[in-house]
Amino acid sequence: MKCGKLVDVGRRSFLRGGLMTGAGVAAAAVAGTGAAPAHAQTSLARVQNPSTRLANLADLVVNEPLDITYPDEDSPGVLLKLGTPVQGGVGPDGDVVAFSVMCPHKGWLMSYNTADKTLNCPGHFSRFDCEAGGQQVWGHATQNLPQFQLRVDETGDIFAEGADELIYGRLSNVLQA
Amino acid sequence: MAFKRQIDRLPIIPANARVNNVTCHYCIVGCGYKAYSWPINQQGGTAASENWAGVDLSEQQYQDTDAWYAPSMYNVVRQDGRDVHLVIKPDVDCVVNSGLGSIRGARMAENRRSEVTGTQLQRLTEPMVWRYGSWQPTSWDDALDLVAQVTARVVTEGSEDDLYVSMFDHGGSAGGYENTWGTGKLYFGAMKVKNVRIHNRPAYNSEVHATRDMGVGELNNAYEDAELADTIMVVGANPLETQTNYFLNHWIPNLQGATLSKKREMMPDEPHEAGRIIIVDPRRTVTVNACEETAGPENVLHLQINSGTDMVLFNALLTHIADQGWVDQDFIDNHTALGGELAADDAMGEVAGASGQEMLPRKPRTEGQPTDLTTFAEALARNRTSIEDAAEITGLNPADIIKAAEWIAMPKEGGFRRRTMIGYEKGIIWGNDNYRTNGALVNLALATGNIGREGGGCVRLGGHQEGYVRPSDAHVGRPAPYVDQLIIQGGGKVHHVWACDHYKTTLNATEFKRVYNHRTNMVKEAMDAAAGKTREELVDAIVAAVNAGGLFSVNVDIIHTKIGQGAHVILPAVESGEMDLTSMNGERRMRLVERYMDGPGVAQPDCLIAAGIAQNMERVLTEMGRTDYAAQFQGFDWLTVEDVFNDGYRQNAGGGEFVTYDRLRAMGNNGFQEPAVGLDGETIVGTPRLYADGKFGTEDGRALFCVAEWNGLQAPGKEEQRANHAFLINNGRSNINWQNWFLDQDNEFVRDRFPYPFIQMHPDDLAELGVAQGDLVEVWNADGATQAMVYPTDTVRPKETFMLFASPAGVQGNVINAGVNELVLPNYKQTWANIRKLSAAPATVTGLSFKSWEYDAG
Ligand code: SF4
Ligand code: FES
Repeated sequence: MKCGKLVDVGRRSFLRGGLMTGAGVAAAAVAGTGAAPAHAQTSLARVQNPSTRLANLADLVVNEPLDITYPDEDSPGVLLKLGTPVQGGVGPDGDVVAFSVMCPHKGWLMSYNTADKTLNCPGHFSRFDCEAGGQQVWGHATQNLPQFQLRVDETGDIFAEGADELIYGRLSNVLQA
Repeated sequence: MAFKRQIDRLPIIPANARVNNVTCHYCIVGCGYKAYSWPINQQGGTAASENWAGVDLSEQQYQDTDAWYAPSMYNVVRQDGRDVHLVIKPDVDCVVNSGLGSIRGARMAENRRSEVTGTQLQRLTEPMVWRYGSWQPTSWDDALDLVAQVTARVVTEGSEDDLYVSMFDHGGSAGGYENTWGTGKLYFGAMKVKNVRIHNRPAYNSEVHATRDMGVGELNNAYEDAELADTIMVVGANPLETQTNYFLNHWIPNLQGATLSKKREMMPDEPHEAGRIIIVDPRRTVTVNACEETAGPENVLHLQINSGTDMVLFNALLTHIADQGWVDQDFIDNHTALGGELAADDAMGEVAGASGQEMLPRKPRTEGQPTDLTTFAEALARNRTSIEDAAEITGLNPADIIKAAEWIAMPKEGGFRRRTMIGYEKGIIWGNDNYRTNGALVNLALATGNIGREGGGCVRLGGHQEGYVRPSDAHVGRPAPYVDQLIIQGGGKVHHVWACDHYKTTLNATEFKRVYNHRTNMVKEAMDAAAGKTREELVDAIVAAVNAGGLFSVNVDIIHTKIGQGAHVILPAVESGEMDLTSMNGERRMRLVERYMDGPGVAQPDCLIAAGIAQNMERVLTEMGRTDYAAQFQGFDWLTVEDVFNDGYRQNAGGGEFVTYDRLRAMGNNGFQEPAVGLDGETIVGTPRLYADGKFGTEDGRALFCVAEWNGLQAPGKEEQRANHAFLINNGRSNINWQNWFLDQDNEFVRDRFPYPFIQMHPDDLAELGVAQGDLVEVWNADGATQAMVYPTDTVRPKETFMLFASPAGVQGNVINAGVNELVLPNYKQTWANIRKLSAAPATVTGLSFKSWEYDAG
């Protein structure tokens, strides 16, 4: 596990759709990517985040993870309906949340444990609580998991509109030229 | 509520940023980092040519990339008087961590003091003296004069025994060779201070006297040995959380089988498999979970031992291994004690001062030991323990003890000796019968020939890095004075405290704090009453107060500590990164951390503060007409930290003559492994393993075995405490909290996770006590009381809890009784108390995760 020598492996595994993991693993196909182009921002104090439709409430089943990407297709995440109201939860039940699934430690892709609703990292054993705003339950990351801010419109469409921490592997959440 | 920084972009390190070598100054592992700094009004770009990484940063970077850093790795700091951007990120080329950062070290940048971003404003910036009823900032001259006036009066009217000193002996942080030498030259060179203690314990002693007396320095192997071992045995340690990147980068690959090709290449004549691991711990730690996930449960043997009975297990293993004929007889014959009359003193070897290449780290070591050190045959005869007896006392399954013996020593296919590395830490160091337990474990390594060879070693895993070089401490004696207890009993008149916070990290802490507050308050009241008087009258008033039972307290630290609340003079120090600093890690790897930023305000390196005290002592003593005594305080005219290094390490450490700042700087984050033995051009040649030549640290070079006879709970008061209280309060550290939280107490990310120290409790105990997760409970016994937050888990057994150590929000030491071993080593781990509910979960606790810490992909 000589880190730094695994860059290529990591890239390949992500491009293959997740080596051991990928949040939903066998879950649904990747839902919609952003309409707004996520490139070529001008420099602002904070970046301008795209508003991206992820899914409709009707697509969600309690405790079944849905693979998403946000703010662009290179940034994998997971959309969850947890069944009970939680920190940052939206929708009529306050239970719909979305997180990045790249571990903020070294960027390995995490998998969702339906039994205790955590994201678990095969890299070095970190785990994050989807019911507690992505708090690192135990692990090596120096930040809690980026949670995507969500909005639900009157038709039940769920949009992601920002993230509350820096996403692994990019020095600007919205990639800039 | 999970703490979020709301940072969605970071400045990019430009291609021409300044780069400095940094060894993480937190734990013993000493991971390599690089500090990048550049002017505040510039930044790099996403184009490959415009940034340090030389890659296109307008694209997503993937797993394990070197081209990313987290917000915690960024800050804005002062450098040579100007604000600069600073990024401190793990070094992929460092052989220790290969680019891994941990939850502690990867927050180094965020834990720098910054007036721009507002981090660590708790750092001390100016000397302060107690004046008009509070602490007033003042000049160095004023503060040091008061320290010297009072200290000189007290040691000349009485003796140097009236000056008590608490001083760190470690590397990293504010320790290191420069600062241990500066303080050591003052208290052991200019003076011969006897009433002295170390940062984390109440006396000036080794934590592992036994192994050293046996001739085996405790940091004897290389981190690579964890990659080469057939079996790793770890006792009373939790390396995933407390030696994180050593475990992740060197143990895990062996358990995975990822080091097989290296094993075959380095040791081509014998069969090899992926490593197996034996973990001795009463608690199922996250280390156990990680090993099982990596190696498969069949290659992990967790011996969930009854607390404090480790020695019995080691003796039974030694007995079984010997009875099966699995010992390394050649090694025993050629490299261990020969028998005949072995007087204890013969066995001891020389009294080590500062040097001694065979006994790293250089540490306190004086004569006298509590049990016989002898030949293999005699130790075996006297330690003989049957599997059945051991099972009875330890609570282990007899078959598991036999399995452990097989994993340690049963020859491999073809009759090859099994290579077993043994690691241990506070579970036995701060546990029952420290000396004999440590000795019994080293017996196992010696009997199986596992020291000085690839894949072996019998090592403490360590807490801090090391960086010890001081004049001889032989005058301290052995057993060393139990300083904290002497203070409670009224001993001492002046107390100099260097980066020690007894209030958070001593035993019998309830009583210690009560007395210390009282005695230092007597002096504060005397100083208050002398307001408006001359300096001479003030010193008279202070001396009168200390003669009446008060204590004058001088506190040198980087922050205003808890014990610092009692101080009369506070002196601000800098730490790693704010000065050049050398230390060595757990495999004796020595590196130079280059100064990459300014210290806060007028804070100074500890070694130069010690020099300032010495120079003021010389002046004051001269004014008092004590010219002979004053002359002892000469030799502190260092101008730079490098001068201190050249005066201390280069002149006094074995091999020090080969080591210079320039050479260390050139050798970067890989440095060399102490001791230095020569030069290859300008490259320092080190020593990967101690005792590779089979010569141990005794007079005749033969290692000794330790007689370890079982006496139950050894320290005074422990058996009584056990009998009278319902819960074992096992205790220790966690991944996220570094030591006594001195910086982390001001770090939002850390405080958010554990606003109170956790106490892990079994669900059955919660039900019995009627408490729920997050509730605050009081932990109390006859010795004191403290508080903790309930964290339910079945990784501890019913009636056996585990509480986080050294939290400012609930001091675990409050419930540790005063009883220590013969050599004044505290026993934290065997503590019993009762538990009662204090409060339902407070507001800061609601929203916290109380889920399992164990990785589970589901
Ligand atoms: S493992 Fe230890 S030395 Fe390495 S980064 Fe973490 S705290 Fe620092
Ligand atoms: S990448 Fe290291 S724990 Fe996730």
